[in-house]
Amino acid sequence: MNSRIPPTPLPSLSIQSAQSLRARIRRRHVAERRFRFYGFAAMFLTLAVLVLVFVSILSKAYTAFQENVLSLTISLDSASIDSTKGSTTGQRNPLTAEYRKLIQTALAGLFPAVTDRHERHLLFSLISEGAPYALRALVTRQQAKIGGDRTVDVLLSDEADQFLKGHITAHVYETERKIKDLQVTWLKELQARGLIHSRFNITLFTAGDSREPELAGILGAVTGSFYLVIVTLSLSFPVGVASAVYLEEFAPRNRITDLIEVNINNLAAVPSVVFGLLGLAIFLNGLRLPRSAPLVGGFVLSLLILPTIIIAARAALKAVPLSIREAALGIGASKMQSILHHVLPLAMPGIMTGTILGLAHALGESAPLLMIGMVAFVVDTPVTLLDPATVLPVQIYLWADSPERAFLERTAAAIVVLLGFLIAMNTIAVMVRIKFERRW
Amino acid sequence: MSLFAKDDAHLVTQGEPLLVETACAKLSARNVNVFYGEKHAIKNVTLDINCNEVTALIGPSGCGKSTFLRCLNRMNDTIDTCRVTGTITLDGENIYTPKVDAVYLRTRVGMVFQKPNPFPKSIFENVAYGPRIHGLTSSRSELESVVLTSLERAGLLEEVSDRLHASGISLSGGQQQRLCIARAIAVSPEVILMDEPCSALDPIATAKIEELIDELQHNFTIVIVTHSMQQAARVSQRTAFFHLGELVECGGTEQIFTNPVHRLTQGYITGRFG
Repeated sequence: MNSRIPPTPLPSLSIQSAQSLRARIRRRHVAERRFRFYGFAAMFLTLAVLVLVFVSILSKAYTAFQENVLSLTISLDSASIDSTKGSTTGQRNPLTAEYRKLIQTALAGLFPAVTDRHERHLLFSLISEGAPYALRALVTRQQAKIGGDRTVDVLLSDEADQFLKGHITAHVYETERKIKDLQVTWLKELQARGLIHSRFNITLFTAGDSREPELAGILGAVTGSFYLVIVTLSLSFPVGVASAVYLEEFAPRNRITDLIEVNINNLAAVPSVVFGLLGLAIFLNGLRLPRSAPLVGGFVLSLLILPTIIIAARAALKAVPLSIREAALGIGASKMQSILHHVLPLAMPGIMTGTILGLAHALGESAPLLMIGMVAFVVDTPVTLLDPATVLPVQIYLWADSPERAFLERTAAAIVVLLGFLIAMNTIAVMVRIKFERRW
Repeated sequence: MSLFAKDDAHLVTQGEPLLVETACAKLSARNVNVFYGEKHAIKNVTLDINCNEVTALIGPSGCGKSTFLRCLNRMNDTIDTCRVTGTITLDGENIYTPKVDAVYLRTRVGMVFQKPNPFPKSIFENVAYGPRIHGLTSSRSELESVVLTSLERAGLLEEVSDRLHASGISLSGGQQQRLCIARAIAVSPEVILMDEPCSALDPIATAKIEELIDELQHNFTIVIVTHSMQQAARVSQRTAFFHLGELVECGGTEQIFTNPVHRLTQGYITGRFG
């Protein structure tokens, strides 16, 4: 029985004077305000850096979404278009016409004074290398256009474009810039005549990589990234969730399990480039899978984000209360039924959030992919999972490394697109979390 | 602590049933010991639970009454470190042999937990889940009738008939607990184990559950763990008093509460400790 102990009196404190008490309180308030200010300052700093990053990228990127074209009046009479060149049967074929010559003739017509061979070469180099192909595509698509003079928008070369956008200025010595004084005067004249206008740069989204900046696009990289994410998701999600379920629900608590746990956590901290080397050793050298393939990239990224998914899934499974499992077991559900019908569905929002964040991580990863050859210059958009491909972050890396000035804005534009994808994925993760918040 | 003199601790006659065996013992525990790792949680408990009766397990916190209850449907199997010795028979068949499937056993011995734990699904789905996984019904209409009957027997149908597809979580605590009871009886168990089913409920909800227990005992054998001695007195026919993992005394509820044999029981029911 509890014997009643008489309360011992508190040790007598020296009675604080009202003044010292007030001073104490004031000091506490000041300390609290200071504490709050530190937090606010830290948050402000973070936000400022973030804003700086976005502003700097967007200010560099926005010009990439525009391109400058020259309105040229080209004579597309059937004699010059329907060439019989290269045809043994004498059949006329618009594919083999000399479109470059057509454009050059039209351009030379605008500047009849330019006759010097070198100057003509300079003049023609204002036009993009891709312009003849674009014209050919236009003609073959719209046979009706053949005949007579047509005004066609012809893409300017990257240097002309960069000059018109103000990225290359004429203030430096002529020898130190790509665009020459003559070209500057021609461009200014064309501008004065109202022949140059800018339009939305659709090439950026419909083309693969190219050595010519004005012809380069991110479609190949986006497709590669998409394939990679699909492979990564379909591999790492089931494997990760199954491992997490086993570890959380079935694994006996012993030293081996502990060891596995510790190693999974360690794996999450392994530098990604190491996973790339592992992929190189196993998938390329060991299994002889093709280089630069999204399939292999997906394998490597799966390895990379598996620990993330396992850790997230285990946390989500652990958060499902025991009472739900007991409720299921109590009415005679088997362990598997209780997991499949109740625990997993309840853990799914957490698992999905972790998976989406893991995938976002994979989407932004470049180092391991360099190791398995996804850094190659790939022009074609991949069709199958074994086609050579590159991905957005690697494309950014490649472009950032290119000397042409026009790649700078395209690099920024590709970053904007990548960030857009990442922000979208994170938003989805947040929405999933809010929508299916714990409901027990 | 003076009440627990050393010699009191082993007063319970080892191995010998404290009660006269009745013809209709639904569950019989013989020399049951439960260990959680090193901890000896249940010490040599021998107890019979009669058919269509309410047996109340009472005792101070940590005395092992919940542990004992969870042995009756092998719910302790889910705890890795838990080890059970002795025999517990259901209709004469030992439930702790490898032959017995614990999952099937739990369809015969259902359980209602301390905290109402409906699934985060609709009221209908909560009750339908058991019959569905056990394939008890062959058609949708049959399933519906099972669900409605179970809800009615749990005294919940009237309150929820217009919102069967609302979430089970949206109900009040007392309604949730009755939903859990409806869920338990939907698979037609023979025994229902209740682990402090009213401890999270207010007095009105508690009264409803107690009424329900009175109703249910006609069809089910009920074992209830409770902290409230009034509740044990109100709902049970037989009461077993546990202390420090031992079964101190077991007998008719009236006898236990009016004329306890053992000093510990007397001390507990008169509120001198616990």
